[in-house]
Amino acid sequence: MAVIGSGPAGFYTAYRVMSRVQGAKVDMYEQLPVPFGLVRFGVAPDHPEVKNCQEKFEEVGSSPNFTFVGNASIGHPSTHPGGVTIPLPTLLRNYDAVVFAYGASRDKTLGIPGEGLKGIYSAREFVGWYNGLPDFADLAPDLTQGEDAVLIGQGNVALDVARMLLENVDRLRKTDIGEHALETLSKSRIKRVHIVGRRGPMQAAFTIKEIREMMKLPDVAFNSLDTSLIPDDVKKLPRAQKRLMEILLKGSPTSVDSATKSWYLDFCLSPKRFESNSRDPSRVGSTVFEKTQLSSPFDTNAFTTGTGELVDIPSSVVFRSIGYKSVPLDGFSDLGVPFDEKRGIIQNDGEGRVQHEARTYDGAMGVSHFPGLYCAGWVKRGPTGVIASTMIDAFATADAIAHDWAAKAPFLNEDSQDRRASGWDAVKTQVDSQQARIVEWEEWQKIDRAEKERGRKVGKEREKFTRTADMLAVLS
Amino acid sequence: MPASTRTLGGVSPALHENECLAPCRDTCASTTTAPTDEHTEDAAPAAGFPGEELYVTFIDKEGQEHKIAVNKGDNLLDIAQAHDLEMEGACGGSCACSTCHVIVLDQGMYDKMPEPEDDENDMLDLAFGLTETSRLGCQVHMTKELDGLRVKLPSMTRNLQASDFK
Repeated sequence: MAVIGSGPAGFYTAYRVMSRVQGAKVDMYEQLPVPFGLVRFGVAPDHPEVKNCQEKFEEVGSSPNFTFVGNASIGHPSTHPGGVTIPLPTLLRNYDAVVFAYGASRDKTLGIPGEGLKGIYSAREFVGWYNGLPDFADLAPDLTQGEDAVLIGQGNVALDVARMLLENVDRLRKTDIGEHALETLSKSRIKRVHIVGRRGPMQAAFTIKEIREMMKLPDVAFNSLDTSLIPDDVKKLPRAQKRLMEILLKGSPTSVDSATKSWYLDFCLSPKRFESNSRDPSRVGSTVFEKTQLSSPFDTNAFTTGTGELVDIPSSVVFRSIGYKSVPLDGFSDLGVPFDEKRGIIQNDGEGRVQHEARTYDGAMGVSHFPGLYCAGWVKRGPTGVIASTMIDAFATADAIAHDWAAKAPFLNEDSQDRRASGWDAVKTQVDSQQARIVEWEEWQKIDRAEKERGRKVGKEREKFTRTADMLAVLS
Repeated sequence: MPASTRTLGGVSPALHENECLAPCRDTCASTTTAPTDEHTEDAAPAAGFPGEELYVTFIDKEGQEHKIAVNKGDNLLDIAQAHDLEMEGACGGSCACSTCHVIVLDQGMYDKMPEPEDDENDMLDLAFGLTETSRLGCQVHMTKELDGLRVKLPSMTRNLQASDFK
């Protein structure tokens, strides 16, 4: 079996299949030289406990039935030094099953005027930058233009970004955040962070742990929110909502007067356009929002309508945090792998079997499966949820694979005369590997040790390499 | 603050050797509840003081019961993992995920436990199939009062969630 992507979805699927299907061999392809996807590049540096799942992944990685193929891009051309590009059909020819677990590599855009102004970043690139993702090593976000940051979107990614902007930099020094990020954050002038959402607190995507953390930040105050959007009698709400509303109403122990920095949850505002800075017209100066009205303020599924009333929030820097997006792999359309562009997922049966709906000869809608093709994680169900939800979802995919295998359902290459499901051993002879610098599991472990060693020198768990060339240099 | 240790409290290494492996599961994982159960007999010597071991029963997703002899202080996540029960503990028992969610079957037993801290409740709020007597396994430590505790592992079928397919 081949797994494309080495984040939590890929590893949990591999782990479960290897424990459910006797003798299963798994090759995992990763476009970077290093594994773990969003556990390494997404999870906030001040949440080290969330990264403990890496222990399980290390266990999987060291299994004799597991092969890590790092620095290998499937479909689209590799952009990394020594990176090899493997066309999807080549992969499909050499496996019984292929699992797409490559996540969501793009972000959604707002599509409003002024979005191209300097000082507007996507949360995804900012998070990638402070977490050492090579793609964004050169982002160099400018946090020195003023005191107001605006975050558009109210999910947990927005709260991660807000925490980075509000937290005392010295508290971050012990985490695995990059030195480059510490330097930038220590020069930050940001004092007020506005976290803005189209809907209200009852509809917001953030979760209670992250809100509680924000409330507890030393010397940081929460500005009170519009309580008309919270029911009078929160006690009657379902447990999770009740607890979340209570914590929002209670606020932070630090008052705005005594705080050095503060944050806002601004509700019922929909972004309309960005205005440029009066001193520098190439740079953002403020964000114009339209006030919205909820169809029913306490209904979690409420929708909004615009009121026409505009609100201007000063914006020295803006982070767009309205969600990630998956894209199809090069080769999907030729192979007929169905990709739902609107939802940004590979069409599947909910258990991870790739399928598409098609009209049968008699005109009725039918469903057809692609034997041997599966998906897991964000490319299966959309870019939401924590590691626990990704784990459950990956296990469901793995159980579907194990079930199909036991039931002798059709897999890839069933009809081919010489059945060549010999995996990476065969694939590597079929790709242009002249300049290739594939990274194997033991080599990743070398990079891992080197990063930890670098970290020790500056009193951290690890100091990541932020350039693929530097990662590979460890191996030469 | 919740413990973030991954070590097995008072469970000695001997207990690891008695992990309920697949063949064992067939023989001992039935609904045997008597302390004469083969599995618990083997595990008993692992307890620090003979005769002082406590018992906890896990009911897995297939409805199979696993009665296990444990030591005071052991937490349910470590116990389940030492016995190869299907409990993940993605965050390594540091109360930062909900993958070790268990449902306490007896309200009286639930009431005997120290109340969950805020951060445990925060994680439980996100757990699938939350009940009035849900806890995180990593936060429940065995005590004499909890001897005979029975907990159920929730089934984690995401595809039953209609909201995923809107």
